[in-house]
Amino acid sequence: MAEILVLVEHSGGEVKKITSELLTAAARLGEPAAVVVGTPGTAGKLSDRLAAYGAAKVYVAESDQVNQFLTEPSVGVLAELVGSVQPAAVLIAASPDGKEIAGKLAVRTGSGLLSDAVDLAEDGTATHSVFGGSYLAKSKATTPVAVITIRAGAIEPVCSPGAAVEQSIEVPVVRAGTAAKIVERRSVEGGDRPELTEASVVVSGGRGVGSADNFAIVEKLADSLGAAVGASRAAVDSGFYPHQFQVGQTGKTVAPQLYVALGISGAIQHRAGMQTSKTIIAVNKDPEAPIFEIADFGVVGDLFTIAPQLTEAVAKRKG
Amino acid sequence: MSGVTFQWDRGLLVGNLGGMNIVVLIKQVPDTWSERRLADSDHTLDRASADVVLDEINERAVEEALKIKEAGGGEVTVVTMGPARATEAIRKALSMGADSAVHLTDEGLHGSCAVQTATALAKVIGTVGAVDLIIAGNEATDGTMGAIPAMVADVLGLPELTHARKVTVEAGTVTVERETDDGVTVLQADLPAVVSVNEKINEPRYPSFKGIMAAKKKPVRTLSLVDAGLAGSDVGLAAATSTVIESAPRPPRSAGQVVTDDGDGAAQLVEYLIAQKLI
Repeated sequence: MAEILVLVEHSGGEVKKITSELLTAAARLGEPAAVVVGTPGTAGKLSDRLAAYGAAKVYVAESDQVNQFLTEPSVGVLAELVGSVQPAAVLIAASPDGKEIAGKLAVRTGSGLLSDAVDLAEDGTATHSVFGGSYLAKSKATTPVAVITIRAGAIEPVCSPGAAVEQSIEVPVVRAGTAAKIVERRSVEGGDRPELTEASVVVSGGRGVGSADNFAIVEKLADSLGAAVGASRAAVDSGFYPHQFQVGQTGKTVAPQLYVALGISGAIQHRAGMQTSKTIIAVNKDPEAPIFEIADFGVVGDLFTIAPQLTEAVAKRKG
Repeated sequence: MSGVTFQWDRGLLVGNLGGMNIVVLIKQVPDTWSERRLADSDHTLDRASADVVLDEINERAVEEALKIKEAGGGEVTVVTMGPARATEAIRKALSMGADSAVHLTDEGLHGSCAVQTATALAKVIGTVGAVDLIIAGNEATDGTMGAIPAMVADVLGLPELTHARKVTVEAGTVTVERETDDGVTVLQADLPAVVSVNEKINEPRYPSFKGIMAAKKKPVRTLSLVDAGLAGSDVGLAAATSTVIESAPRPPRSAGQVVTDDGDGAAQLVEYLIAQKLI
């Protein structure tokens, strides 16, 4: 059985959730082999979790150089492995860094790139949700190796023990002038809320929220539900909420179990970023708002009345 | 809004005494405010059916190039590949102030994959001469591949500095503040380099009437595959490294229940959420 390489996403000595999703997808295609690229001592902390999700092998590529460059060490390690192991596919998270690593790897190995897959079949066919989910397309690589990026949260991770046999490999030295150096890192002061694209519940506010201060109502409901907070483009453009929380075509694409839209009209722009959510709830004063066309449950009413009542009811239920 | 600081050190970039030679990669995309379709025949983008515009993020890339040029002198060339209609996007960039354009257009490009696209763009950039800086948008709104700038950099063997919210060019070095959900990373590389910008980088200018008139006289070089030094087997659907085998519009979501709040709207909503086991 061909090996399927999985680039492990990790931070602070922990495996990120997307990695278990990638390992689960890899097991459909062949034998999952995790690839850990990090500073010395990284892989040891990760191997239990990698074994739990089915990694038969763990390639350990550790070097101090890894911290100095963003994507180049991972690209170098994967390109070497593609040459030596001849995997059927390389699976990478469809994160900003992951997409970049995948693109460069595809160029360097002349492999087909399948981007932002939401599903992966046994024969290597990837399903993509395009134009903000209004189309489903299936694609396949025509090359011996496929480089595939997979969207976070798209594949249900399955626990399935693997041997996780470790094998050390070299991190190729980065050639001068071919990669930008990291001069400084400032990590984001992420609050207690889950990350927007990984959250199972998202509560978003739109123009109807009316002001930056009023977004506290959206945040309170989100916190009662353990949800991430999102915002429509209209709300972001009006300065109510920071851009990094924008859901829509020019912002984030989310597909949570539950999406709550407060004071959002539901322009195509916005729907493109959330219409594949499992359940959509909408609260809007305007009965003609297009968001009601796609909502599973809609309330025509004042969000300033309904959202606090909902927050209270959820809090009460949790006891 | 972030600005650009620019200190020109003529000693370091011999041969570019006229300033920076900047290429901006642009792409015409379907307007995200309109409905977009895939063609039934070969699952490629139905470019004829949608309203097309210069991708918003590309306008910011053009703006950033113009700022760098205005601070230190130089030339801004826009490069694009795509059907003949892409000339509208080119005109927009020229009317903003770019100096000239190169447009790779050829029937043979139809259905090209990402690897082929990056290879072709790299070839076209090669026809511009000794380029110091290549600027692109970080992600197109139609493909959202988010990888093309890095792929072009890889073909050219250049460093890529992506998702920049701030760009500083100084003495042959480019420094960017790269912003993603993970935070901000400051990246630095010697020129030449490839930079991709995010939506926070600047506010693109509106073309002035003068700019629009001047754009009509600016040189636009149209290249075929042969002109760019590409073979028919380098690009196109038949030789693509990946292929779309099937596409279909997702069945539209149907509207569910809508209630009007007469005092118990929230209560009904809570009932629904409980019934669906969502709370």
